[in-house]
This record gives sequence, structure tokens and C-alpha cells, in this order.
Amino acid sequence: MSDVLTLDGVKKTYSVKQGMFGPRKPLTAVNDVTLSLGKGEVLGLVGESGCGKSTLAKLLLGLEKPTSGDVLVEGESMATLDRRGLAGRLQPIFQDPYSSLNPRKSIYDIISLPLRVHKIGNTASQTKAVKDILDIVGLPQRVMNTYPSQMSGGQRQRVAIARALVMKPEIVICDEPTSALDVSVQSQILNLLGELRREFGLTYLFISHDLAVVEHLATRVAVMYLGRIVEEAPVAELFEAPKHPYTKALLSSVLTPEPGLGVPETALGTAYPNPINPPSGCAFHPRCPLATEHCKTVAPRPIQTEHGRVECHLHDPESPMTRQDAA
Amino acid sequence: MTDTLLSVKNLTLNIPTGSGTLKAVRGIDFDLKRGETLSIVGESGSGKSLTSLAVMGLLGKSIKRQADEMRFDDIDLQKANRRVMRDLRGNRIAMIFQEPMTSLNPAYTIGDQLTETLLLHRKVSKAAARARAVELLEKVGITAAESRLSQYPHQLSGGLRQRVMIALALMCEPDLLIADEPTTALDVTIQAQILRLLVDLTREMNMAMILITHDLGVVARVADKVAVMYAGELVETGPASEVFAAPSHPYTRGLLRCIPQPGKTERGAPLGTIPGIVPSLIGDVSGCVFRTRCAHARPECREAIPLRGDASHEFKCVHPDGALSEEGEVA
Ligand SMILES: Nc1ncnc2c1ncn2[C@@H]1O[C@H](COP(=O)(O)OP(=O)(O)OP(=O)(O)O)[C@@H](O)[C@H]1O
Ligand SMILES: Nc1ncnc2c1ncn2[C@@H]1O[C@H](COP(=O)(O)OP(=O)(O)OP(=O)(O)O)[C@@H](O)[C@H]1O
Ligand SMILES: [Mg+2]
Ligand SMILES: [Mg+2]
Repeated sequence: MSDVLTLDGVKKTYSVKQGMFGPRKPLTAVNDVTLSLGKGEVLGLVGESGCGKSTLAKLLLGLEKPTSGDVLVEGESMATLDRRGLAGRLQPIFQDPYSSLNPRKSIYDIISLPLRVHKIGNTASQTKAVKDILDIVGLPQRVMNTYPSQMSGGQRQRVAIARALVMKPEIVICDEPTSALDVSVQSQILNLLGELRREFGLTYLFISHDLAVVEHLATRVAVMYLGRIVEEAPVAELFEAPKHPYTKALLSSVLTPEPGLGVPETALGTAYPNPINPPSGCAFHPRCPLATEHCKTVAPRPIQTEHGRVECHLHDPESPMTRQDAA
Repeated sequence: MTDTLLSVKNLTLNIPTGSGTLKAVRGIDFDLKRGETLSIVGESGSGKSLTSLAVMGLLGKSIKRQADEMRFDDIDLQKANRRVMRDLRGNRIAMIFQEPMTSLNPAYTIGDQLTETLLLHRKVSKAAARARAVELLEKVGITAAESRLSQYPHQLSGGLRQRVMIALALMCEPDLLIADEPTTALDVTIQAQILRLLVDLTREMNMAMILITHDLGVVARVADKVAVMYAGELVETGPASEVFAAPSHPYTRGLLRCIPQPGKTERGAPLGTIPGIVPSLIGDVSGCVFRTRCAHARPECREAIPLRGDASHEFKCVHPDGALSEEGEVA
């Protein structure tokens, strides 16, 4: 599988104030991430609030510039691509179908905007493109002259998807595309994303808090913790044989609709890390039930697994922890 | 039955609007014993939040509330005056609101807000109130709890604010906690931690809880009883184990088919859907409200719908078993 999108050692550091009058300090939202998406893949990205998922999405969309490292689209550095070239390849779908659509513009205006901005075709071909895309996302053509306020949440999210697809991108970056929707609407949107992928060979980055949804849709999954990808594997492997203790805790917190099982104990503790002053060694060590002295001082390196990788001393054959185990 | 803590019979909420009366909630019944958890689940706009606000006596002035009975312990909530309601709220009945900022005052520190409730309703010293505040902040997973007391709401992230709200609701050890989407904004790991805390409290303090949520996983793991709400009506109520094992209303079954269930749903296969949208509740609302989206709709569905099932597991559908056996419901 050829990679359509690659992050090569990407880092994003913001400068933030702590408290109202405190000095500015660096906050590393994305910390030296290397990741690639193959054509037609759905990479699920999961991790707790504030771990850097949306920042990663913004870096991929060119909405933020990496502090260091590079983002490559089909092997070309993003820095060398113009906006039009980028818009034709990558498009976003964001969480909130209410605020992401301009309430004063008609649905036709909203969907055709990218075509008009990038001066693609004439009015006739733009109208045809909008009609075609409405068909694809399952909206009747008569909605073209209506406004977002006249639509339900699910219809608005379809409009947002139509707007993303009208440029015929190869890659769609979905940042929690269904978390504001009812489950009955969510399932329609997930089915639509699945169909579009099969039909047009689209590649997705799919960010979600809902692990059952990620398991359903993704082909590969990356788990993020405090700016780093701590584990990455094909979906079945990650869900059936998670390696990183954080991945295990995440999966054990999933509440399936099975009464009688109760609420699980995560054994994670609540020592939430401060991104401005991250823990030493392995950033996860203050919450890890298996952490040792070694984890407090030495940062783990990425270890290749059969079909993925993990960053944890427990899986590093060279670390003192595993060597003691063997002895 | 003396152990019934809350009893609501035939609750109806009407909201006057420019284009007619919005019949937001229509004739719903539910009750709750001490220590029991009832979960209300359903589509956005189905009336879940309004129902809980009606119990709290916090509905907007324009909303008209009617009921055959609304009783909390020995108190008739329909007759209770404002002083009685104020005494109950935050004390014996506490609520975690869907919008965290509605119950935190931006002008006061977290510590002041937490201790105020306790000092208002209980004879305790300031030091004891502070100690209780710190204890609860730690329980909801807030580190450096002591130092948080002097912070203001705007200095906290959304997730931390949500947890402060939960601590606030628990300060007086309420008999009834109404939690409206308490964990929707939180991570799955902290969600599990907080739900465990709430479940433990219902056991330890014999606290009753009404848990409003969209998340069927949360319902299954936390609730003793489930009430499925659709367009202002309870279409199915019963013990969680029975409702999940034998969902009897087509809407309940539709909801369960919409979500991917690890181990049951094939990865990548199409999920079930509920086509169509919720009908308008302005003007004439009669018959089964779900019929416009139901694969089994028949002419009788326009008539008044009988309540079926037994006293503990009831559902509103003309089909005796919610048409469980019929074809055509999938996708
Ligand atoms: N523009 C910014 N300036 C300063 N800090 C920022 C900025 N954007 C994000 N951050 C910080 O970077 C970190 C990562 O944020 P990000 O929004 O990427 O998280 P996330 O994983 O998407 O979280 P969520 O699941 O809550 O959406 C956070 O600590 C956040 O506060
Ligand atoms: N003050 C009000 N004035 C007019 N209509 C209202 C008012 N409050 C609620 N409604 C309407 O009443 C209905 C029920 O609202 P409610 O907030 O109870 O829904 P909900 O089930 O809590 O939905 P959600 O899951 O989105 O929170 C909705 O159609 C809503 O628009
Ligand atoms: Mg985000
Ligand atoms: Mg609500």
C-alpha cells in the first residue's frame, strides 16, 4: 500500500501563559510524531481530551505549521503545496454541524464555496457538481436553496460532508464527526462514510472518543497520550491484543450495552499530566499500574511489533524491565 | 409502598410558542425507590431535560406543568411553595446540569461555591465544609484539590468544571441525584471512574439517581430501570436487564441496532438506522408518535396506543410484542 499522507517527526509547540499573569511557557501539543496513512485506509486516532488529536488534524490540513518535522502529501512536502493543491487533496469534517456552517448562506453557497474560491469550472459545472454531491450524500436537490437553520443535525452533517467532498479530495480528516449527533443519526453518517470510502477509495483520519465507533470503522488505530503516539496497530490487533498499558486502560473503560457487567475499574488513577510540565521519563508513568523506577527516568523508544509499534519499556527487549523478567 | 422516594404520574408539559402549543411532554409516569437508579434515554429534544427540570421545580415561567401526582418522600411537589423547594434543592434533591456553566457562578471561587451549599443546609463549621469539599474533589478525580478551592470556574478546563459540578451536587449527600448527561463531555477513562463513584454512592448512601444520557452503554452498566423516551412520551420502561434482553418497542430496538456493538456487529458492516425525523409536537399529536419512522406502522397506529407488557416492563405499541417477529425492520 502506498502512503498518501506521512508525518515525519512532526512537533507542534504552542507558547501559553499559566494563570493570568504568569510567564509564557512552551506547551508541546504534538511531540515528534511519525505516522503514515496508506491509500484507502481509515486511521482511527484515540486518546484523552487534550492529548493533541485536533492539533495533529490541523497540522495535516495545513491549518497549523509544524514547529519542526514535515508533513508529506503523496511524498511532497506540504510546505511546497499551494492552497488549491492542498484543498483538492485533503478536506476536513469537524465535530459541530451547527457552528461549522455559515447560517446566512444557502446550502448551495456553502457546498459550492470551495469550487468558487479555487475558481474551478464555471457556474454550470459548479451547479452540476453540487447536485451530484448532494445525491452522493443522500440529500434531495431541493435543499440547495434552503439554509442550515432549516435542517436537522444529521442533514447539516451531510452538508458538511458534501462540502468536503465537492473538491474530490483523496483524504478526509474527520475530527469527531458524529459526537454531536443522536445515535440514530450517527449510524447514518457512519454508513455514508463507509460507502464513500468503498466507492471512491477515500482515505480517512478518524478522530473519536467512541472506541466502539473506531473499532467499527477503522482499519488501523493510533493511540495518543500527551502528544505522542504510544501504540499503533491494525484494528483487530489493537482491540484484541492491546500492548500499551494506556491502551489497555482505554479499552477496559468502554461501556458496552451489556447490563449486569457494571462499571469497570480502570486502575489508572487520576494523576492527570500537565502538558506544560510533562512527567519525566515515560509521560504515562504517574498513572501506569506497572511503572518502575526505570519508567520514571528514561523515555521509552518506539518498538516495532508484528504489524505496528508501541512505546513502552515492557515491550522493549533491551530495557532492564524485560531483561529482569527473562532472568 | 413507603420506600418509594419519587413518584410522578401523568406529567404533561406544554410550552406556548408563536405557532401554537408545543406538547413537549405528554402523560409520563415513573417512580423511584431509595438506592435505585433510573435512566432516561432517548433522542435529542425528546423532553429528558424538561422532565428533570419539572421535578426540580426549575421550569421556565411560560412552561405549563400538569400532573396527577408529583411526590418526593412526603412532599407534594405540586403544592410545595418556593421556600420548601429551595430547601429541597441542592440539599435533598441535587442536580448535575447538562450545561456545566449554568450552575457554577463565575464570580465565586470553587471553594466558596462548594462550601456554601453545605453551610446553607447543614450546621457544620467552615473547616468541616472545606474538608468535605476537598474530599469530594479528590473523589471525582481532581488532583491538588486543596489548591483548586481558590480557583475560579474560568480557570478550569471543561472536564474539570464538569467534575466540580458533580462534587457540588454531592456535598449534602442528597437523597435523589438527577444527573443530566453527567459524563458526555469527559474521556472514557474518567467517565468510567465517575460512573463508578456515582454507583458506589447510590449503594453507600442509599441515594436514588435519575441518569439522563444518550449513551446506551452507560444505561446498561449503571441503571436498574430504563425509561426510553421518544418525542415527549415514554415508549418503553422496565428493568435494564429486561429492556436490553427483550427490547419491545420498535424505537428501542432501532436504537440498539444503530450502535456498533463490539463482538456483535461485524466490523465495517452497515449499521442499522432509523430513517426519518421526529414529528412536530405542535398542534394535534395523537396515536403513536413513532409511526412516521416505524417499519411496522399500520392504520391502527393513528389511534390511541395501549400500554402493554406487565407492570414492571411496559411498552406503548399496538403490536403485542412490538412486532418483534416481523420483517423489514433492519436498515
Ligand atoms: N492554539 C493553541 N494555543 C495554545 N495551546 C493550545 C492551542 N491549541 C491547542 N492547545 C493545547 O494543546 C493541547 C492539545 O490540544 P488538542 O485540541 O489537540 O487536544 P485534543 O486531543 O483534540 O482534545 P479533545 O479530545 O478535548 O478535542 C492541549 O493541552 C491544548 O490546551
Ligand atoms: N424554554 C423553552 N421554550 C421552548 N421550547 C423549549 C424550551 N425548553 C425546551 N424546549 C423544547 O422542548 C423539547 C424538549 O427539550 P429537552 O431539553 O427536554 O430535550 P432533551 O431530551 O433534554 O434533549 P437533548 O438530548 O438534546 O438534551 C425540545 O423540542 C425543545 O426545543
Ligand atoms: Mg479535539
Ligand atoms: Mg437535555
